[in-house]
Amino acid sequence: MSEAVRTRRAAAAKRRPKSPTAPPTSFVWTRRVLLTLLTLFTATPLYVMLSSSLKPLQDVTGAFRWIPSTLTVRPYIDIWHTVPLGRYFLNSLIVASSATGCSVAVAVFAAYAVSRYRFRGRRAFTVTVLSTQMFPGILFLLPLFLIFVNLGNLTGLALYGSRGGLILTYMTFTLPLSVWMLAGYFDSVPRDLDEAAQMDGCGPLGALLRVVVPAALPGIVAVAVYSFMTAWSEVLFASVMTNDVTRTLSIGLQGYATQNEVYWNQVMAASLVVSVPIVAGFLLLQRYLVAGLTAGAVK
Amino acid sequence: MSATTGTHRPCPYGRSAPDARAPGADPGGGGERPQPVRTRPRFAERLRRGGVPYLLLFPALVLELLIHIAPMVIGVVMSFKQLVQQYIRDWGAAPWSGLDNFRVAVDFDAPVGQALLRSFGITCAFTVLAVALNWLLGVTAAILMQDRFRGRGVLRALFLTPYALPVYTAVITWSFMLQHDNGLVNHVLHDQLGLTGSRSFWLVGGNSFVSLVVVSVWRTWPFAFLMLTAALQNIPQDVYEAAQVDGAGVWGRIRHITLPALRPVNQVLVLVLFLWTFNDFNVPYVLFGKSAPEAADLISIHIYQSSFVTWNFGSGSAMSVLLLLFLLVVTAGYLLVTGRGGRREADV
Repeated sequence: MSEAVRTRRAAAAKRRPKSPTAPPTSFVWTRRVLLTLLTLFTATPLYVMLSSSLKPLQDVTGAFRWIPSTLTVRPYIDIWHTVPLGRYFLNSLIVASSATGCSVAVAVFAAYAVSRYRFRGRRAFTVTVLSTQMFPGILFLLPLFLIFVNLGNLTGLALYGSRGGLILTYMTFTLPLSVWMLAGYFDSVPRDLDEAAQMDGCGPLGALLRVVVPAALPGIVAVAVYSFMTAWSEVLFASVMTNDVTRTLSIGLQGYATQNEVYWNQVMAASLVVSVPIVAGFLLLQRYLVAGLTAGAVK
Repeated sequence: MSATTGTHRPCPYGRSAPDARAPGADPGGGGERPQPVRTRPRFAERLRRGGVPYLLLFPALVLELLIHIAPMVIGVVMSFKQLVQQYIRDWGAAPWSGLDNFRVAVDFDAPVGQALLRSFGITCAFTVLAVALNWLLGVTAAILMQDRFRGRGVLRALFLTPYALPVYTAVITWSFMLQHDNGLVNHVLHDQLGLTGSRSFWLVGGNSFVSLVVVSVWRTWPFAFLMLTAALQNIPQDVYEAAQVDGAGVWGRIRHITLPALRPVNQVLVLVLFLWTFNDFNVPYVLFGKSAPEAADLISIHIYQSSFVTWNFGSGSAMSVLLLLFLLVVTAGYLLVTGRGGRREADV
């Protein structure tokens, strides 16, 4: 929610505290009941994740317990030995941050072109790029798999099974939405600003880097978070394009389940460790993400 | 620097201003603009300016071509080839097979076609159910949380958390909850409430469809909530105040102002949800592992399995192409019916 709307509403609420605008009781009770149900639905798995990660093993192998018999941080220590979680973590970190960095850099230039110029092929570009979003991932998977394998055979360039191949794939997959969102942010930067910069002798590039990018920085950060989340969570391509050395978290976490006995407390602990940075980043930046996502839709 | 640009000063400004300020006036970007005097520097300037957007787009274009467009074309080519395991490392040598792959895929009397058709039916049922529930939960929560109340911010953060979680951690947690012996769902339904005679299996058999829908909705409805919340903030407050003056109650306002105002967002949202849900691979793959139960055999998983189990990429590609054609037809039909096609492109 934008700050302006928030303060306006707060002011409005203050002006007429018990006016006829106060919702009727029927509405308030409907709201209470429905939101409570939704809260239970949403929060239960989160509670399970948190509480189970602090349980000793016998609590998660027998019948389910709402309350742990004892609290232990043992699972958080053991997760690093049961599977090579540290390596998976590092792989995911390398892949996701490289893909994010490259994707944002490429998207900034493309979005500037889309936002500021009217050129031949502009509509074709945006429509094509956005429509790739609707295509099933499985459609790209088989050909990309073949391309990477055969390129490797031809040139000795190891794309299949390497982090490079995965980075290349992820950065392209987040590119369309990044361009779309960034173009929306750039549209909201007044044109007068970069026109003034161009008049003062900056080229288009200077205007972009010195004026538009700083002004749209929150948007760029939001796009980066989106890209990072996408790369961090991707399963389909990671499942075929990685090997034991380059395996990322999305596939690596399933390693706990293939043991003879599933250490559910460790699985939950590992899930939590993997999720916390992403969730924190998302919740901090969600308002910028929303502004970008809806820019095109509600215009 | 300032001296040279000084002479050209009116040029870039004057030229970019009219077309930049009037989007849609000349979307093709053609060049019929009045140009009273054509001098050499002006022409060079125009060339330079004309090339700039293409230069800016170049890296994005290359990547899109390499990772999106080329594989798509290759995928279509592959679907006409007999691309079995022995040709994977040298796919140029695979013999052409014409429409054989497609014929097998849509031969609904043979096992392959039958399985594909069944998987397609399951995917359709799953998509309709999941999209409807996602939208319903999203719109309910968004409208109920439109007005301020204590704890709204906390609740909003909580509701968004499932969407922010990496898919696999969310789904792994659910698969723990759905375990037969030590899961929460059976504990509540059987041990605590006594609703079921015995503990049910949730990850195999017919129940797996229900599990799939629930997990998918749990993860995706926050997105609908997010989009609709943003859309609600764009409804001007004075519209509500005017309705207030006219004596409309809170339910009347929801029906006559809020829901109609959400129409444009709903149209985009439902389409996006449809495409994501129909193509979903992550949730079933993590929930069921490599072999999805029959009742929850979504089309992406089906194609993935039949491709990597048999290593028959030709047939897998043919199925992917059929899937793409179906999605194209549905999307085009949807955009036509909702009358959004033209406007959307203008917005882009």
